Amino acid sequence: MELVVSDLACARGGIPLLEGVSLRLDAGAALVLRGPNGCGKTTLLRTLAGLQPALGGTISCPPDAMAYAGHADGLKAVLSVAENLHFWAAIHGQTGVPEAIAAMNLTDLADRQAQHLSAGQKRRLGLARLMVTGRWLWVLDEPTVSLDAASVALFGSVVRAHLAGGGAALMATHIDLGLNEAQLLDLTPYRARAHAPDGFDEAFL
Amino acid sequence: MTTTTRPSLWEYANPVKFMRLTDWLLPLVGWAAAALVLVGLVWGFFFTPDDFRQGSTVKIIFLHVPSALMAINAWIMMLAASLVWLIRRHHVSALAARAAGPVGAVMTLIALFTGAVWGQPMWGTWWAWDPRLTSFLILFLFYLGYIALWSAIEDPDTAADLTAVLCIVGSVFAVLSRYAAIFWNQGLHQGASLSVAPGTRMDWAYKAPLYVAMTGFGLLFLALVLAGTRTEIRARRMSALMTRERMQA
Amino acid sequence: MIALLTRDLRLAIRAGGGFGLGLAFFLILAVLVPLGVGPEGRVLALIAPGILWVGALLACLLSLDRMFALDFEDGSLDLLATAPIPLEGVVAIKALAHWLTTGLPLVLAAPVLGILLNLPGPAYGWLVLSLLLGTPALSVIGAFGAALTVGLKRGGLLMSLLVLPLYVPTLVFGAEAVSRGAQGLPAATPLLLLAGITAGSAALLPFAAAHALRINLR
Repeated sequence: MELVVSDLACARGGIPLLEGVSLRLDAGAALVLRGPNGCGKTTLLRTLAGLQPALGGTISCPPDAMAYAGHADGLKAVLSVAENLHFWAAIHGQTGVPEAIAAMNLTDLADRQAQHLSAGQKRRLGLARLMVTGRWLWVLDEPTVSLDAASVALFGSVVRAHLAGGGAALMATHIDLGLNEAQLLDLTPYRARAHAPDGFDEAFL
Repeated sequence: MTTTTRPSLWEYANPVKFMRLTDWLLPLVGWAAAALVLVGLVWGFFFTPDDFRQGSTVKIIFLHVPSALMAINAWIMMLAASLVWLIRRHHVSALAARAAGPVGAVMTLIALFTGAVWGQPMWGTWWAWDPRLTSFLILFLFYLGYIALWSAIEDPDTAADLTAVLCIVGSVFAVLSRYAAIFWNQGLHQGASLSVAPGTRMDWAYKAPLYVAMTGFGLLFLALVLAGTRTEIRARRMSALMTRERMQA
Repeated sequence: MIALLTRDLRLAIRAGGGFGLGLAFFLILAVLVPLGVGPEGRVLALIAPGILWVGALLACLLSLDRMFALDFEDGSLDLLATAPIPLEGVVAIKALAHWLTTGLPLVLAAPVLGILLNLPGPAYGWLVLSLLLGTPALSVIGAFGAALTVGLKRGGLLMSLLVLPLYVPTLVFGAEAVSRGAQGLPAATPLLLLAGITAGSAALLPFAAAHALRINLR
């Protein structure tokens, strides 16, 4: 189980953002992406998750290995916390909803509809979803947005448990999750040059 | 890239080469189209005998049939260009499909309008829910949807992809609609004006100018699509330059 | 897959508007048409098959734009696209859920509205049968239209423009089956053609719709 990315180039809205990105992630490891706003962290994560095609390079990863958590949590407002999780567990053919609820400290809210949760509570629910996907690699885009300090620590421990269980995590975050073992990767040097070899519109110049 | 030196048609899918080619080709096609349309129409309107049954009204055929022909051919060309875009991802082909949309829509409108003008004295009504008329009206709606989808999506490649999918699905449903319309109402429209079957219904005095007009309309369509594609390419070139500037900043 | 279906049905029931809105629209149309056309029974009987089919078609259209748009907005569609079920299956299930919440109630309500429109006696069976065979096609074709326009901010109106021409064959064969039935003519041919369109759409359009969704997600 490993993720190997070599010489990846990706674009957002037809504009090349990153090129030559190479990284490797083994089981039990965590990698934190850094870089200024707009440098392409989200684009890179979406490309890795298979939501958009890469401009170039290769991504090698076992199939159905990634669980993606983006800016939106994918929650249904009129479903309760437990129902939301049960749905995602069923989609992934997994169980373990009570454990996920307990791990993200949502036990008291289990029967509450998602529309009545606070922003931080919604975020916790969105992150609890990762635990019922049964996926090995967690791809996290700013997972700590709207979490308080205690919840950040809680999530940090959840990620650590996931790593200890042979999982891996790739995340874009500016907040220290307390994962001292995590490697850092600064994306700034990978910014695409103006003359990307196969940029979308280059053919027109 | 291929190492063969044999020139391939696909090379013109490169926008720069396409622009270079059409630099001299477009005026040629344009003038030929203008000449043929003019000759065909003048010949057809003024130098053909009146029909013994339909009188001089029949002469609108020289406008009606070529535009109807191009209305359908434009869609077929869009379908082919969409398939090329989806399979080989040549930008020129997507842009040519986009350029063909409005041209085809206008051709359909001309066919519908001239049909109404012809139908009024012949059938005593401007509009009848005849299968052919109905099919053309539905075709016009398909054109509208296609054009609207192109203009609604900002990202050019997304727009090209989605309109190509719509064009393919739309083609199937356009054919289905045609048969549905025939099933629904066997109409009063006369049979096809030109036919390769024996016992042709039209005299050469009519056919010759009609063929000229049809060729003229075909070239006119080609010229308009080439001009439209050139405009689209220039627009894309502009946005590409702006992107480059932004990235260098 | 089943989980997705039950979720969509549950959402339609809880969020409201899913079941009721299309049905209410259908009823209002069946009331407005006689008010516009006049109460003459003979005229109404003549146009009833067409009105009922056009009404069903428009009622279907009402709830289409929410089929993928809601999931797109709250991020569920991203997650479903990375889930182990194929996106084609997601489209098919969502179209099925749309049919169960919109199409099926219309089928069941249509005979009642047929009374309002003075539909001739022999036509009722054909009406229900044709709607039963035809409305699934409306949902699947609609799913394709919704998938094309999911990324657009005001996609609803555009979607109507794209979807309604695609509805033409379904409408023609469906309404034709009912009016033939009303006149006591054999109606099997249009009915079979209608079933063919439904089968073909259900088999092929999920692929086109899933392709459109993938394009819209990137």
